Amino acid sequence: MKDKLHVYIKQFGLPRIIIVTFLLSLCVLAVIYNLSIAGLLSDTLVRTGMHGVLVLAMVPGILCGIGLNFGLPLGILCGLIGGLVSIELDLVGFPAFTTAILVSIPIAIVVGWGYGVLLNRVKGSEMTIATYAGFSAVSLMSIGWMILPFKSDEIAWIIGGGLRTTITLTGRYDKILNDFAAISIGNLTIPTGLLLFLIAMNLIVWVILQSKAGIAMKAVGDNPRFATAAGLNVNKYRTFGSILSTVLGAIGIIVYSQSFGFIQLYQAPMFMGFSAVAAILIGGATVKKASISHVFIGTFLFQGLLVVALPVANKMLTAGSLAEITRIIVSNGIILYALTQVGGGE
Amino acid sequence: MKSQESVLKMSNISKEYYGTRVLNNINLEIRAGEIHALLGENGAGKSTLMNILFGMSVIHSTGGFDGEIELDGEKVDINSPLQAMDLGIGMVHQEFMLIPGYTITENIKLNRELIKKDFINNLMPTSLKQIDLDEMNKEARKALDTLDIGIEEWIKVAGLPVGYMQFIEIAREIDKQNIKVLVFDEPTAVLTESEADNLLKAMKKIARSGIAIIFITHRLDEVMEVADNITILRDGQFITRKSKDDTNVFEMAELMVGRQIESLAKHEAKDIENQPVAVSLRKFNVAMPGEEVRDLNLDIYKGEIFGIGGLAGQGKIGIANGIMGLYPSRGNVLIDGQPLALNNPKESIKRNLAFVSEDRRGVGLLLDTSIEMNIAITAMQNKNKFLRDYKLFSQKSHRQIRTHALDMIKQLDIRCTGPEQIVRRLSGGNQQKVCIARALTLDPMILLVSEPTRGIDIGAKKLVLDTLIKLNKELGITIIITSSELAELRSICHRIAIVSEGKIEGILMPDASDTDYGLMMSGEYNKLKSKEVI
Ligand SMILES: Nc1ncnc2c1ncn2[C@@H]1O[C@H](COP(=O)(O)OP(=O)(O)OP(=O)(O)O)[C@@H](O)[C@H]1O
Ligand SMILES: [Mg+2]
Repeated sequence: MKDKLHVYIKQFGLPRIIIVTFLLSLCVLAVIYNLSIAGLLSDTLVRTGMHGVLVLAMVPGILCGIGLNFGLPLGILCGLIGGLVSIELDLVGFPAFTTAILVSIPIAIVVGWGYGVLLNRVKGSEMTIATYAGFSAVSLMSIGWMILPFKSDEIAWIIGGGLRTTITLTGRYDKILNDFAAISIGNLTIPTGLLLFLIAMNLIVWVILQSKAGIAMKAVGDNPRFATAAGLNVNKYRTFGSILSTVLGAIGIIVYSQSFGFIQLYQAPMFMGFSAVAAILIGGATVKKASISHVFIGTFLFQGLLVVALPVANKMLTAGSLAEITRIIVSNGIILYALTQVGGGE
Repeated sequence: MKSQESVLKMSNISKEYYGTRVLNNINLEIRAGEIHALLGENGAGKSTLMNILFGMSVIHSTGGFDGEIELDGEKVDINSPLQAMDLGIGMVHQEFMLIPGYTITENIKLNRELIKKDFINNLMPTSLKQIDLDEMNKEARKALDTLDIGIEEWIKVAGLPVGYMQFIEIAREIDKQNIKVLVFDEPTAVLTESEADNLLKAMKKIARSGIAIIFITHRLDEVMEVADNITILRDGQFITRKSKDDTNVFEMAELMVGRQIESLAKHEAKDIENQPVAVSLRKFNVAMPGEEVRDLNLDIYKGEIFGIGGLAGQGKIGIANGIMGLYPSRGNVLIDGQPLALNNPKESIKRNLAFVSEDRRGVGLLLDTSIEMNIAITAMQNKNKFLRDYKLFSQKSHRQIRTHALDMIKQLDIRCTGPEQIVRRLSGGNQQKVCIARALTLDPMILLVSEPTRGIDIGAKKLVLDTLIKLNKELGITIIITSSELAELRSICHRIAIVSEGKIEGILMPDASDTDYGLMMSGEYNKLKSKEVI
């Protein structure tokens, strides 16, 4: 009997049990403090949809064998460029959103290709190199944002050179997905469009994974020697995975920005890779295995924790700055905990 | 030397994996200095029983087991391999457990490094102490010498041929000091007969020093040669325990499978030399570490079953690996008269070659993927089979993959819970059948198989060899078998080449004399013959 339980825990994964228990106890506290559960749930749903595509970007990276894609900022930068171009073209609404994505994809393909070639040269230490590639790209683009020739005064400072740090999307495509066919039941708001978009992206990735190229990519990530013997070009499919991951990163940040309401440049993308990595690990993925379900479970749990922890901390520690510190501790604590679980779970 | 008390007693051992019972009330008792053979078909539960004895984590992460283990009359709980080692249990695994990036010495001495005995070193905390490499090399050398292998102890393990890895595993175990029970899980499967002989001699030597040996093998003649007692399992049940003197090969085979086994298929003489040449090798070189092929010339005719034999390390394994583009190679290769682009696996597969690798776990399988995908993937990637085409993109066809896998599972008698089971959870022999199924799925014109019956039981062996003969006869597939088992080659091949020092020493008919085979294996054949001419 004890053994059965042991096996069961092993299958579900101890880390996930711990996280779920933590989340549930926070929820109990939330009820005790009289916080609106419907409101918290709405927020969690929004944040799940907002981060979901970025987390999804981890899947092809893990499956093709480059591991956790800490170089996600590369894709994010491509997405930001797309987002800026659509404003520069003075588009609004869905055309603006679509254009942002369409512009960013080819850029992400080129960047992802170069990134893949780089990672093929450093087999065995991909994750370290990826982290630095991400950091360097963000720093380089900080210079880039100073000199890119955008003219729109929504984007560029009117006086002096360079682009603004935060660019508001109000009147452009702010919350365009969130509000699409949104359903309100009492205090609970379901961001239908946002969730549908996330589901659609997952579906696309799923279809790719069932295709000939997707299956080849998984084989390459799983056992390169097997793949070689099966006539597959290992480097080619690793590059394919890097491209896929970078493109998803680009789309992910556009979805994120429309929900957030702002495009953030300069240092903002620096650490975005980490929370995506943490989410997929919490979902049960490892450096070698990941699936679509890990994306949903992981994003929901991770974001749920952050959403519930903040107001609870606010109630518990009334001194304003303490609550903010608690939030930072909680979010980084979860990331740290998730990273220690890299090898774990079945 | 043989004492009457038992060193090891395993009583009423039962084990379930995910709800399937794979061992049911097994008993096993062994005296010091005894060589005890553990026999059974593929999937009978032999490795599982030994994993329990060795405290492997697969056992404990899947719910543990029932029953008791007594060592020297005392009940013991063995929860990890480390504990097993402390208790004096050693194991040579069926699948190698070596660290590729380490040298042979480092692998042999792993976790038991010798410490330098100077003053400063004595003051250091354990994990900072300096290692005495010279002494370690010496001891490793001694262990290697016991086994009669001449390989240098400072070479890295990565890329060594499987035959060597096996000996290194064994050397590591016999190097341990406190060892009481030593388990050999199919140690001879990858060895040639003469190497296996060496090993059997070494085993007897080890047993004489008072160590109890559990010996798992599918080669029954070896059992007759070294074992004192025999325990037979079938489908997780204890069948019988016998003394070797009270039984014979045929009875053992029958007890293992529970039915009578017909003798191995015999080849039919065939006039192949009038056939066109299917594979022609000229000045063929393959840089496979430990199995190098040097300036080799060879013609293989269409429709023949061609055997390649020879001692480990002489290069027989390199030939097929080179043709398939898996190790860097040079020279001229013609397939059906047309040149083959070398060092390009995809090209080789396109030219209708298929390969069953001798390195099952490293090259042969996606261990965490289902049986059906393992069977289908190469044909899918290279021949666009098992795909539904939607113009813009393709999708794998579940139904086709499933139907085909079920068919193969039946044809090759793969013992599994279903086509969706991941191959890691199959027994060694059944994994081998999955590899063969994948190669057959490519509908090859030329099939290269390395060690096709390695680790598979006599029933399955007959099935595999029969299948090869059938493919050859009915579909006219040219088959090139590389094998360490000469007997097997002689039973099904039309011609057999013996490789020595990376070259063909000679080609023999299966009914040539044992002396000729022996001479060729040792590389003396041509020297002697040329003397005769003079
Ligand atoms: N990790 C695992 N998970 C689930 N089932 C397993 C696992 N390992 C082995 N099995 C199952 O247990 C049974 C016994 O396997 P085992 O490896 O002990 O066979 P074996 O007698 O060593 O066979 P072989 O001669 O082929 O090596 C098989 O049916 C196998 O499918
Ligand atoms: Mg076994």
